[in-house]
Amino acid sequence: MLTADGLFCERDDRILFQELSFRLGEGEVLQVQGSNGSGKTTLLRILCGLHDGYEGEIRWYGEAIADQEENFFASLLYIGHRVGVNKVLTPLENLRWGCSLQQQVSDSTILAALAELGLHGFEESQCFTLSAGQQQRVALARLLINPARLWILDEPFTTLDSDGVAQLENLLRQHAQSGGSVLVTTHHKLSLASLEILSLD
Amino acid sequence: MTEHTTTAAAFRATLARDLLIAYKRKNDIVNPFMFFLIVATLFPIGISPDPQRLGEIAAGVLWISALLAAMLSMDNLYRADYEDGSLEQLLLSPHPLYFMVLAKNISHWLVSGLPVVLASPLIAYMLNLPADAYFALFMTLLLGTPVLSLLGSIGVALTVGLGSRGLILAVITLPMSVPVLIAGTMAVQQTHNGAPLTGYLAILGAMLLVSITLAPLASAAALRISIN
Repeated sequence: MLTADGLFCERDDRILFQELSFRLGEGEVLQVQGSNGSGKTTLLRILCGLHDGYEGEIRWYGEAIADQEENFFASLLYIGHRVGVNKVLTPLENLRWGCSLQQQVSDSTILAALAELGLHGFEESQCFTLSAGQQQRVALARLLINPARLWILDEPFTTLDSDGVAQLENLLRQHAQSGGSVLVTTHHKLSLASLEILSLD
Repeated sequence: MTEHTTTAAAFRATLARDLLIAYKRKNDIVNPFMFFLIVATLFPIGISPDPQRLGEIAAGVLWISALLAAMLSMDNLYRADYEDGSLEQLLLSPHPLYFMVLAKNISHWLVSGLPVVLASPLIAYMLNLPADAYFALFMTLLLGTPVLSLLGSIGVALTVGLGSRGLILAVITLPMSVPVLIAGTMAVQQTHNGAPLTGYLAILGAMLLVSITLAPLASAAALRISIN
């Protein structure tokens, strides 16, 4: 569904990657690996359309993304390094807004998702009182709510505890099994059946 | 399968969210307002407490204070969203960025501009503004301050990615605000001299319409550059 052809990107006169091609099909998980500074985040941002300093072609179901942005964004869920959780708002309020950009969602759906990620009892706390891992979980709750087919996740495992890691891996597995695609950067070893690895080194 | 949201619903959600954040961070509401009061109070102290002279400069003082207050609160518009990643989410929504930016601008005006407009007659009284100029002042501020929010938003969107912004925001935004300032203060002075107000209100209304249609487009484009 998502194909990249001959991607080239340089930053500050340093070539991050060139002639990079891959294909991410339905039900596949693609793990992007590479040392620090190898351009993993830049690659993900390019694929989301947040960064345009690249050459090459990116297609979504065979069509250039620029020609069908609305369609592409409606099927995309991106969670970056900065997870998009406002510190003043509560998890419930954050998700109400974050999800409503893409779909209609009821409070009970959000509360159920938060409870499943172990945030029961924190729904009404302001996010600055939560730990980094809990804030990460608030962002990850969107995975449970949003029906997007393509997940692009930048280091989603970093602040999670071991239970959280297992739970997230499980989510990735379920998403792939139901025909969704995942692009993920992590240094964590994933144990998934449909895993492919893209190395930037 | 869940329903996709309409742009109107996403617009409402963004507006509600920004208002909620402002409500929770009380200083977003109180600071610009207090700043406005203090700047307007500095003029009688610095220039002259003579009611005659104050009455002559009152309109200008109020307009400049409103402009500076809008300036001060500008940074709240995108900074926190940029830092916590919400801005990226906004850019990746399937809805036209124009409406999302417009929602944020409206929220900014409701929080920082409207209180200033509502308080302006009180400060005008303190500065001995001639009685026949109150209505003109109120109406021009009502039409002019949203323009300041919309124009300022372009400057903030351009500078939000910069590490140290300092005065650059003021350098970009203040020159753009000059036409509004001229129209606003002229209107108040001329109606005091007996000219009809409608012409000036029409000019300010036209400025407002032009900035509502064009400024969010410029802000949206600037945000895409800043996030790059």
